[in-house]
Amino acid sequence: MAAPLTLLLLVAVTVRAALYRSSLADLISERVEVVSPLTAWKRVVEGLALLDLGVSPYSGDVFHETPLIIYLFHFLVDYAEITFMLADVITAVALYLSVKDYNKQVFRKQKYALEADRYPLDCLELIRSPKEMQYIPLKVAMFYLLNPFTILSCVAKSTCGLNNAVIALFVLSTIKGNVLLSAIFLSLATYQSIYPLTLCAAALLYLLQRQYIPVNLRRFSFWWFVAQYAFMYLGSLFVIVGLSFFLLGSWDFLPSVYGFILSVPDLTPNIGLFWYFFAEMFEHFRLFFLCVFQINVFFYTVPLSIKLKEHPVFLIFMQLAVISIFKSYPTVGDIALYMAFLPVWSHLHRFLRNIFLVSCVLLACSALFPVLWHLWIYAGSANSNFYYAITLLFNVAQILLVSDYFYAFLRREHHLSHGLYLKRKDGSEATLVLK
Amino acid sequence: MRWEETVVEEATADKEDTSAPETVVQSSVPQPKDDFQEELVIRPLHSGDIYASFQFRTLWETDFMRGNKVSHYRLFPKSLGQVISKFSVRELHISFTQGYWRTMQWGQPFLPSPPGAELWVWFQDSVTDVDGTWKELTNVLSGIFCASLNFIDSTNTVQPSASFKPLGIGNVTDHRFLRYATLPREIVCTENLTPWKKLLPCGSKAGLAVLLKSEKLFHSSFHSQAVHIRPVCQDWQCKTTSWELRQTLNVVFDLHTPGQGKLEWSLFKMFSRTLTEACPLASSSKIYIDITDDPQGEQFEVSPATHLLSQAMVLGDRRTFSVYDLTQQITFGTVRSLNLLIRWKSSEGYIHYQPSKDRVRPHLLEMLVQLPPNSVTEVTVQFERALLKWTEYTPDPNHGFYVGSSVISSLVPSIVAMDTNSTREQPLFSSFFPCKEESSYFMRVYTEPLLVNLPTPDFSMPYNVICLTCTVVAVGYGSLYNLLTRSFQIEEPSPGLAKRIANIIRKMRGVPPL
Repeated sequence: MAAPLTLLLLVAVTVRAALYRSSLADLISERVEVVSPLTAWKRVVEGLALLDLGVSPYSGDVFHETPLIIYLFHFLVDYAEITFMLADVITAVALYLSVKDYNKQVFRKQKYALEADRYPLDCLELIRSPKEMQYIPLKVAMFYLLNPFTILSCVAKSTCGLNNAVIALFVLSTIKGNVLLSAIFLSLATYQSIYPLTLCAAALLYLLQRQYIPVNLRRFSFWWFVAQYAFMYLGSLFVIVGLSFFLLGSWDFLPSVYGFILSVPDLTPNIGLFWYFFAEMFEHFRLFFLCVFQINVFFYTVPLSIKLKEHPVFLIFMQLAVISIFKSYPTVGDIALYMAFLPVWSHLHRFLRNIFLVSCVLLACSALFPVLWHLWIYAGSANSNFYYAITLLFNVAQILLVSDYFYAFLRREHHLSHGLYLKRKDGSEATLVLK
Repeated sequence: MRWEETVVEEATADKEDTSAPETVVQSSVPQPKDDFQEELVIRPLHSGDIYASFQFRTLWETDFMRGNKVSHYRLFPKSLGQVISKFSVRELHISFTQGYWRTMQWGQPFLPSPPGAELWVWFQDSVTDVDGTWKELTNVLSGIFCASLNFIDSTNTVQPSASFKPLGIGNVTDHRFLRYATLPREIVCTENLTPWKKLLPCGSKAGLAVLLKSEKLFHSSFHSQAVHIRPVCQDWQCKTTSWELRQTLNVVFDLHTPGQGKLEWSLFKMFSRTLTEACPLASSSKIYIDITDDPQGEQFEVSPATHLLSQAMVLGDRRTFSVYDLTQQITFGTVRSLNLLIRWKSSEGYIHYQPSKDRVRPHLLEMLVQLPPNSVTEVTVQFERALLKWTEYTPDPNHGFYVGSSVISSLVPSIVAMDTNSTREQPLFSSFFPCKEESSYFMRVYTEPLLVNLPTPDFSMPYNVICLTCTVVAVGYGSLYNLLTRSFQIEEPSPGLAKRIANIIRKMRGVPPL
């Protein structure tokens, strides 16, 4: 498996290097779909220049990344392209290894369930075989590296690539069962943008499952493990925040980074839902809707965790998708991360209902984004509603995609416990509905 | 050194010869028989390069325009003396140049020269076969200077009829005796420098010629060495003539390190040598540093400092020079060596930048800049304007947004001295800005404002936008709510309308349904 992966890495690095050298690199780094006020490379360079000039990078409204990024690029600014390509490679390799490990566990659980005769006889065609699962890790790496969204994000030198790398390392360390590393990477991911906090529940569920601690709120072992994990997570978070304070000598990165993410003052258009909503919001209701939209991201954690407590990796996927769709400044790099997981659920294809429609809509919207942007900003013949409409459509398509996979997953679980070919009371073929 | 005059064959006793002692007696300064002067002029150029020009002048008091043969040489090099006498040369100008003089960046050189080799000679009117003599002369000169001047032949020799008039004395204008040739392909190297240095009285052992090290001289943007021989008047009455040999070497150094701008120059940095003494045979040995562009010493400072100043008219411009006299021991100081240092005062400029905060304060960029003369400076700033909330737009958003004018404030040198006394009665129009200095006045210039047409959101849409966005969020919420709270069940077909009504009646009666 190492050889095809290496070949894939070489191809990916070549494509990115070729694009870096072409004239498209400047064009891409200006696109609002690829960079946001949080992740733009131009702002990182501006922050570094302000630091050189002796002014705090957070004194203006230009730089909104964390101090550790400034510190990292203070040394690496000449090697920025290599850094971002390396981040993509690390993400792909981390996802590859974690999916490989996950597949092994899935297959082992399936074997135990088969031996225990827990599956009804007619759903044997739903059982997964090693042959089918063999190429899934490679497909995951390919889906991430060769996804045009990822390539655009890397060529634009958006720091989203670094965020994705940290989250991928978190996923790897969680699946391997390393509690400390999982807590550290999660705190790093939370430190960069607040939303990965919701992945805490998924990590906890997975690690509890792996250590055979039952998820029972009345048991001491459960709370002890939760306390350990919380301690490690909060401890590393405090250490990182304290380190940032000492790097720049002041706390003004807190309102500039986290206050910016939460209060959304910058209304630059992007592919998310927030910008136009808050551009057209009545002043009286602004705070209310801001709270509603931010809670919306965190809100699905508990219900999803309850429903998917046996399947924490699918929960990670769902949480990543929810974050990418509903966060305040989404970019295509965030989408690329959760789309990389899709080959892992490729066995669900027979239960997916809307996949053709969703993929068509996603493709069409991706193509229309630059067109309508040009018509609005440069040609002046369209107005902001055109771009906004495509934004809405894009997000609806993503929501449909995610809920479709969720439906298919739940349905397969239902079939695995109740049988594939269900009959009604009178013996005729039954249809399943959600009631 | 004692000089003894040997017997000189004279064809005729000339009136001028006998009157030579009289002129010597009449002039207030006793003129030595042979005279050697050396000088070095250093001029910092605007582009940051530095221009050094060496001139070595030997005056040889002899007169063999009448065909006299001389066999005693003191300061004048023997090889050139023999050339002049054998080929009856009246004027000889030869130059070897590597590089092209960039007038736009460096100004005018003291002695211009074309790239490659250039030779032009005025023969005396006693020469019968000028072309033959020219051919032999070029061969001999190519041997003296180790250059391939023997390639000069009729294919690259011309007789200019209007330019290249004699630079020394003489009113001969018969252009049959002038020959001009140039070899642009000629490359100058150490082989040409060594015989050139040998022509100097002190060689390269003492005086300014000590600085002429080939590894540094050829590591430059421009290098030119030349020899000029011409007859000059000994005094203002021009009763006697003497031969003047000028050896000049012009070099432009470019010692820039990228990213550091102008640093400092020193003799050691330019020539990798310092000066320890003047040439003992020289009657004057001076170094001139051009400080015309910086009379008050604001842009660069020269050390060791010197109090000697002189002014000279150069190319129609009066220029001021700091002078270092090497014949005086005090110039060398206690260390017995002179290493002139020219340090550029760092005019780093001052930048004050205050970045903007959305809805709180604007950008402020202030720069203190020193602009070089006759130049164009461009300052560009990239900025983005944020998309505003719909309530923050002015009632006429399609007019565009203004970016205010930039302001340039400066002190401009004034040609006329101004009165700094503010208590005197002055008209209102001339007394607004306080005048603190006599020689400069304050001026402020405003640029045009910038009108930017920015994209606006659709102002008619707030309610629609809220509804549509909340719909999308609700679609997400609804799908996930469905999947989270409901479970899969087998669908039982619902009975027809009649049966349902019957079931309701039966339930009311307490009878089991159909």
